[in-house]
Amino acid sequence: MSADYVLETRNLVKAFKGFTAVDDVNLQVTRGHIHALIGPNGAGKTTVFNLLTKFLTPTSGQILFNGSDITSMKPAAIARAGVVRSFQISAVFPHLSVLENVRIALQRKEGNSFHFWRSQKVLDKLNDRAVELLDSVGLAEFADAQTVDLSYGRKRALEIATTLALEPELMLLDEPTQGMGHEDVGLVADLIKKVSKGRTILMVEHNLHVVSKLADRITVLQRGAILTEGDYATVSSDPRVREAYMGTAASEEQDRINEEAAAATARKEEVEA
Amino acid sequence: MKINKFYVVMLLLALVAPFFLYPVFLAKLLCFALFACAFNLMLGYVGLLSFGHAAFLGTGGYITGWLMMNSGITPELAILLGTVVSGALGALYGKLSVKREGIYFAMVTLALSQLVFFIYLQAPFTGGEDGMQGVPRGHLLGLIDLSDNMNMYYFVLAIFLFGFWLIHRTIHSPFGQVLKAIRENEPRATSLGYNVNDYKWVAFTISAALAGLAGSTKTLVFQLASLTDVHWHMSGEVVLMTLVGGVGTIFGPVVGAGVIVTMQNYLSGGELGNYIHIIMGFIFVVCVLAFRSGIVGEFQKVWKRNFG
Repeated sequence: MSADYVLETRNLVKAFKGFTAVDDVNLQVTRGHIHALIGPNGAGKTTVFNLLTKFLTPTSGQILFNGSDITSMKPAAIARAGVVRSFQISAVFPHLSVLENVRIALQRKEGNSFHFWRSQKVLDKLNDRAVELLDSVGLAEFADAQTVDLSYGRKRALEIATTLALEPELMLLDEPTQGMGHEDVGLVADLIKKVSKGRTILMVEHNLHVVSKLADRITVLQRGAILTEGDYATVSSDPRVREAYMGTAASEEQDRINEEAAAATARKEEVEA
Repeated sequence: MKINKFYVVMLLLALVAPFFLYPVFLAKLLCFALFACAFNLMLGYVGLLSFGHAAFLGTGGYITGWLMMNSGITPELAILLGTVVSGALGALYGKLSVKREGIYFAMVTLALSQLVFFIYLQAPFTGGEDGMQGVPRGHLLGLIDLSDNMNMYYFVLAIFLFGFWLIHRTIHSPFGQVLKAIRENEPRATSLGYNVNDYKWVAFTISAALAGLAGSTKTLVFQLASLTDVHWHMSGEVVLMTLVGGVGTIFGPVVGAGVIVTMQNYLSGGELGNYIHIIMGFIFVVCVLAFRSGIVGEFQKVWKRNFG
């Protein structure tokens, strides 16, 4: 049986001098899933992201997108193929307006991005679509603001709107809620849920609450290798995962995770019922 | 609208200036202003400091000078060809250098421009240390005698306005939007599907061609093409002009070129002639330490605070 994988890695390895950051990772991301990549600090999550988008070149192994090999493609080409990433630190263009941020993403398909002799007024016809996208993340009223003046949570929302503008088949989100206040975390999590309709999302996330709420499938990385995989209940009850995160004696944290797992199961049941 | 009024006033000033000041000096000023604007397209709008722009200034100058002396074509064609050759050299050098960033980009461009310097030093057609002297100015379109300084000045003004307009347009074009995005956040621009090196390369080529245009024009004004224009001192001077005027402001390099060229002109003749490099060095240090955004940049800040 072969499931419908959007993205697949085969024996992916990245070795830096004398140190293997990613060790023989076989990752399968099923179409339509929100797939979370978790693991303790230094487990190689961001390195995997950088490999998938070719910001780093794998030492060995293969990356397949929709069944075709994209291992040797350039980062910009991968983006054009439909795999678009976000970054750990919010990736916006700070001294452009909020509207211009989204428009940059829409502009590429117009095919006039090398036209240095034309006025940028030719881009104005993209404004309606840009505002629409901003509206979908609740930023329409900030369209004319300088991006640098937005709050952190709003910058992340803007980043998602910009990414959506490319209509990516697969979105890679690198710690979308990192460094956020409690309220912003909730907002962004809802937003991810909302935009996941009709596409696949692979995310690195530290906030286990967010993971439990969103993820259909979870892969746990430890020291560059896959420790275990499964849904939240399976993963969170795995003693090896607890050990990886907390060392051996961390009962308090374990309790919290168990509680969350129970809550997640309860929520799932609720939804299914 | 304020900006438009400002440009109108500047244009009127430029039109009447030769009646009060020496036209050749004004023409020189405009050539350097164009050179600095071309340089600023890279530093201010792409965020790459080229330390080899003298190669393009000098190439334009030599090509135009040689054509005027040997081919008998009209000056506008000689300038056009000088610009095209500089642009082609820029395209080649850009291909080699835009893959690097920061100090490495500066070093690659410096090395390549030194290569050009030594070729011009050795090549027979440049006149080596003596340079090309007595370049005829010719008749514009075969009609207007450019040996008249007033005619020459207005021709240079027209060229400057064209160059300035092209840079202004480039910055405010769809292409310029992508350049700004790259300057602001290069990895993000890549992740949106842009091959950032291609954009940098095109910008570098435009910048080199316009620097060549400035050099070609300058050769006609002075009737001289010499090694001074290809020397790395010149690459440094244009950095100074841009910094003094204001990096990343469209009018800054014009002001910076005005300040530096005027200083050189008035100081080199007088008592202080021997100290000119010390004085310029001092200005450079003060600018970098105290006025990071240059004359125009600081002025804009004050304007915004009080009237914005």
